[in-house]
Amino acid sequence: MADIRYTRDHEYVRLDGDVATVGITDYAQRQLGDVVFVDLPAIGKKVTKGGDAAVVESVKAASEVYAPLTGEIVAVNAALSDAPATVNEDATGKGWFVKIRIADTGELADLMDQAAYDAYVASLG
Amino acid sequence: MTDSPPTEPLRRTPLHALHLRLGARTAPFAGYEMPIQYPAGILQEHLHTRAAAGLFDVSHMGQARLTGKNAAKRLESLVPGDIQALEPGRTRYTQFLDGEGNILDDLMATRLATTAGDEEALFLVVNAGCKAQDFALLQAALPDLELTILEDRALIAVQGPRAAAAFARVIPGFEAAPFMSMREADWRGATLFVSRSGYTGEDGYEISVPAALAEDFAATLLADPNVKPIGLGARDSLRLEAGLCLYGRDIDATTTPVEAGLLWSISKRRRAEGGFPGAARVQAQIAQGPARKRVGIRPEGKAPAREGTEILSEGGALIGRITSGGYGPSVGGPMAMGYVESAHAAPGTRLSLMVRGKALPAAVAPLPFVPARFYRGA
Repeated sequence: MADIRYTRDHEYVRLDGDVATVGITDYAQRQLGDVVFVDLPAIGKKVTKGGDAAVVESVKAASEVYAPLTGEIVAVNAALSDAPATVNEDATGKGWFVKIRIADTGELADLMDQAAYDAYVASLG
Repeated sequence: MTDSPPTEPLRRTPLHALHLRLGARTAPFAGYEMPIQYPAGILQEHLHTRAAAGLFDVSHMGQARLTGKNAAKRLESLVPGDIQALEPGRTRYTQFLDGEGNILDDLMATRLATTAGDEEALFLVVNAGCKAQDFALLQAALPDLELTILEDRALIAVQGPRAAAAFARVIPGFEAAPFMSMREADWRGATLFVSRSGYTGEDGYEISVPAALAEDFAATLLADPNVKPIGLGARDSLRLEAGLCLYGRDIDATTTPVEAGLLWSISKRRRAEGGFPGAARVQAQIAQGPARKRVGIRPEGKAPAREGTEILSEGGALIGRITSGGYGPSVGGPMAMGYVESAHAAPGTRLSLMVRGKALPAAVAPLPFVPARFYRGA
């Protein structure tokens, strides 16, 4: 199984070497409801852990997606422009948002593993 | 440790238990715990209402009866609508105004079948968030009339192209009821007030039901597979596509009916005679044209522009703000309403919307975004 880590803001990080694929969790997409627009950053943009990385909009509202890690955007999921509902259908697969080249792997220690995230979501009721 | 400050407990409508059984996700709205969406989700709920029929719980709204001598004429001292011209059983949309002609709330007023002489009776439906203030205003300004607040009634809307057929299966005889009319119906020994109106741009009814019967009545309508429960989320996207104002966003105590494009709700007689709060300012705005106007706006890209978004002219000057904005499921893209300086209000005028620091191209668009399909006779 791939190494997946989570933030308290319900972003996930899937690691592949020093590149992290980032999206929002299934819990997050269910809370948002139907995703109708995703605003992605430019490739090459530097992002800071906890800073703005993208915006996801449901019918109701716009929500920030925060960078789980500091680094540089090396890819964005352009397919979401025409098919934002992919975020609802396959949040942790085809519904990814961006790939970040990680600047400091030490930050990974701040993220939750699967068991910790599952317990966290359960605690939210 | 200190106690947390006391907070007003959320009120629940007579349909609360039904909402929970239907899997609603609820949130506070105007002091009530209201269903925002059901498991189908806002997008499907919206599209279902346009394709078939949706059932909405709007019991949080205020319902009242206003009776007494010359009640219609007396109400006209608070609103610019032509209430005196209403035939019995007919409904009009109007607004409570302040002394500057600003909108304190918008409401539906129906003339009920008159009893005797100059005794008149009106049925009023006002917004949930304003009802305490509205009723206080009526009692203070019209002490000669009797205001009966109908606390023990639910209000249920059924809207959509299949609404009339679905309603007829429960209560026949209202298929040909005119748009903006209201009549009583008997259901299980109780009196319902059935109004052909709504807030979606679709045909349909709003039905005032005694609280004790509300859940049975709603469940009976929902037994029809064409009728699905719809939350406040889709109610908002439906009304925005229909170009209808939401009090507190598109109209409030800083906007007049003229600025808001609601002049159609003020008759020729009332424009000429005045006699409502703020009449001088409203009449001046009619004569000279208002400095700003509410308009529809279509962003050219896919990004929705939400409430509060700054609107810039093509030249880059700040000319207004979005008051309601989002994604229109039937439009298939973003849509918004807002106020702009009148020089920029003509449909087709190009604008920019400042979304997250970027100027996104947009244009003034005619309202509604989706054509109204009110009942206009068989």
